[in-house]
Amino acid sequence: MTGTLRVDGVSKSFGGLQALADCSLTASAGRITGLIGPNGSGKTTLFNAITGYERIDAGQVYLDEQRITGASPQRVFALGVGRTFQLTRIFPRLTVLENMLVPANRGRPARERREHAMDLLAFTGIAGHAGALAGTLSYGQRKLLELAYVLVADPAVVLLDEPAGGVNPSLIHHIADRIRELNSAGRTFLIVEHNMEFVMGLCHQVTVLDSGTVVASGPPEVIRADPRVLDAYLGTETAND
Amino acid sequence: MTPDQTAGKAAASDQVAPDPPATAPATVTTKAGTRHAWQLSSRSLAVAGVALLIAVVGLFPLVFTNPTVTNIGVITLIFVAVASAWNTFSGFSGYLSLGHAVFYGTGAYFLAVAARDWNLNGAAVFWLLPLAGVVTAVVAVPVGLVALRVRRQTFVVVTIAYFFIAQLSASNLTVTGGSSGLLLPVPNWAPETFNNPFYYVAMILAAGTVALSVLIRRSVFGLQLRAIRDDEDRAAGLGVRAMPVKLSALVLSAFITGMAGALWVYFIGQAVPQFVFDPLFDLAVVLMAFFGGLGTVAGPVLGALILEPTQFYLNLQYTNNYESEILFGALFLVVILFLPRGVLPTAGEWVTSGRIRRLRDGWLTRRARRTANRPAPPATGNLS
Amino acid sequence: MASEISQAIAAGILGGGVYALMAAGLTLIFGVLDIINVAQGIFVVLGAYLSYVLSVHLHLDLLLGLLITVPAMFVIGVVIYWLFIRPLRGAERTSMTLLACFAVALIIEGVLYREFGSNYVSLNAWYTTGSVHLFDFYLADIYLIGFGLAVVAMAALYLILYRTKFGRAVRATMQNQVAARLIGIDVTRVSAVTFGIGTAVTAIGGMVYGAISGGFTPNSGYDLISRLLAIVILAGLGSIGGALVAAIFMTTAEALVDVWQPSWAVVVFYLAIVIILTFRPAGLFGHRAVRAQ
Repeated sequence: MTGTLRVDGVSKSFGGLQALADCSLTASAGRITGLIGPNGSGKTTLFNAITGYERIDAGQVYLDEQRITGASPQRVFALGVGRTFQLTRIFPRLTVLENMLVPANRGRPARERREHAMDLLAFTGIAGHAGALAGTLSYGQRKLLELAYVLVADPAVVLLDEPAGGVNPSLIHHIADRIRELNSAGRTFLIVEHNMEFVMGLCHQVTVLDSGTVVASGPPEVIRADPRVLDAYLGTETAND
Repeated sequence: MTPDQTAGKAAASDQVAPDPPATAPATVTTKAGTRHAWQLSSRSLAVAGVALLIAVVGLFPLVFTNPTVTNIGVITLIFVAVASAWNTFSGFSGYLSLGHAVFYGTGAYFLAVAARDWNLNGAAVFWLLPLAGVVTAVVAVPVGLVALRVRRQTFVVVTIAYFFIAQLSASNLTVTGGSSGLLLPVPNWAPETFNNPFYYVAMILAAGTVALSVLIRRSVFGLQLRAIRDDEDRAAGLGVRAMPVKLSALVLSAFITGMAGALWVYFIGQAVPQFVFDPLFDLAVVLMAFFGGLGTVAGPVLGALILEPTQFYLNLQYTNNYESEILFGALFLVVILFLPRGVLPTAGEWVTSGRIRRLRDGWLTRRARRTANRPAPPATGNLS
Repeated sequence: MASEISQAIAAGILGGGVYALMAAGLTLIFGVLDIINVAQGIFVVLGAYLSYVLSVHLHLDLLLGLLITVPAMFVIGVVIYWLFIRPLRGAERTSMTLLACFAVALIIEGVLYREFGSNYVSLNAWYTTGSVHLFDFYLADIYLIGFGLAVVAMAALYLILYRTKFGRAVRATMQNQVAARLIGIDVTRVSAVTFGIGTAVTAIGGMVYGAISGGFTPNSGYDLISRLLAIVILAGLGSIGGALVAAIFMTTAEALVDVWQPSWAVVVFYLAIVIILTFRPAGLFGHRAVRAQ
């Protein structure tokens, strides 16, 4: 199950604020692409634009060269793009297992759905909490739950918004391992992250966003040394001083 | 280390979730999936309890033959159905409807007009009930298509608006008899047992409604509704088609409420706008559902069974309207302030946390005894 | 006929001003506390009764009486907020506060029934019976006075919101409660005072309503709240300026329909809501997302 996500010349402004300006990037099939950039560079807005939570002013979004620009969140999900949120969005008053049963599941029979759900929970490591209310989970556990339920419909492309944010180190390794495992089966990943170690150690390709445009894109080692990237991060900091 | 252990250790030292959590029950994994430990034995208890309840309710009019008492019984059972139907939509979806009186009244007026125009009387009128339900369900479709597009607070206000439209229309249209309303045919049954047919029909309606509520709660449809309640946009992003789901729940709820309204109006014999469309009606229903436990299946049933007879009693004690209003409002505030989740969930939590505490205390005691008898083992993290 | 229409329009516009004031209170409360105060209608009635008591039992002039009723209603509002709204928390907070407001409204209505019975009363002063001759119709003085009061009150609201430090805090809280807290704004205090202000305006509205309506009872609250809700929904929750426009539009439309078909006039209000919401779920001027849950 794989797919290529391509964003072409996307622009989006909120009133006077230009969040995305002619932004273009590609998450190649079967690769893990990292998306980094200083705060306010438009990463989450881009995710929102791709997954239909935000209307864009200009540009197109393609999934396997099929235009999905402006599709509703339901449609984007049905087409095989899964997405997590920076501040975890789970269903607190449903149990963990019930959370897993919410996503539309392409007509699997009930027993199979439960088993599939439990498999995914075991995969991410929170199977023991299946019967607990999701609202009682700790922050790290919620991140794992989000990862699990986004996988329920076997998405070809997975968008992760800060999967390692605010999570303790050993759990970060665990999450990175899971992503690698899923990727080895062919799934495409586009990951927004601030944790450089996480990104550099995991991603095949890294794209840098600054003030709504892509300033650099390439393998991790190249990006790491790219002066434009340093400029984007440090430049922004000095401007805010 | 295996993923489970890693996650467990890491999770134990993670920051605590921001919202105040309910206590997590101990879980057991069986072939049927993971169940809460206390649910297994509670299930057989619940089944026995329900059977007992049905028996009591069924035999009630045969034991208490006083028509005044069975009168209360009929109205109470009607409210069980209405509260349960309301909860099936509003409790599960989180969209509070304060305009369900519209459905109640539509069913009521339909029956009144149909009974008059088709010249029906006696038991034959009961066959009109499902038809009244269907008509109400059909009315609910355009109502819902407009009302369900807005955010939750606006939704409440829209339902209030619908309520006033309905009330005013009924007062002004000739087909509904204007402000003086319509009279219904009075079946010529023996006065001593006059209430009984109504009672049993109400009982069937109430039982059917609760059964439907249970079915929905356990179904994927019910799960989607509850997901919508927690985070509608997120649910949409996961493929849940919000509008069809919400609308279906509303239509079902309307169907039952319409039947209840029709039964009620036949029982009391007349359809007058200010009684059929009574602003306190919706409030009473909401209070019942809240009192028993919003979103639970048994909650509205309990709420109706307790509050409706109480309301009757209060009306008898205080002949003045205002006293009952003040008490009603005060009761509402008390419930909202002190029992925000309702009686059943709060009681359930006391039971659960009591059990958890006992389990944990027992485990700690046994562990203390073991460690007292040998050198202290190396400290290990407490897996959650 | 033409004079009837002109009179209807004039009365509608002026009457709309007063409704706009009460609706502004509702919008303000919604903007800051995120709750729809369904007790606003009965607050107006309460304000009217307070004016009544001062006028009839203490022989205080209606306008002077406002100097007492406005602060009194402010205090009542703050107390109600503090006792019944502030303690509510949790996932169902917005629904529960709505129901709490309903409950408070019921209690107040019951108390008013108890004190005053269900007889119609009205407010009278030397200026409530006079009328002014405009063009070819007569316009009751009280309409002009009421409109004048509404303008003064709304100007005062505007000054508070846009020219005081407190007003800045209110506007900040309206935009982003969390951020407001982070910069040191005591959101609870702001909420309490806002609720009080939203209630205080009903004292003014109550006095005018009591004088214009020709008679009110505790039951009048339902009619009032339904109109206010209609106005606020039509305008779009959160828009005070929009509330003004919507209020004037509604009362004028109702007055016009009243010329032709009196009993259907009120239905105009509600049908308008339904129609508008079909095409613009956020209201005419609403700028919040349709579902920002």
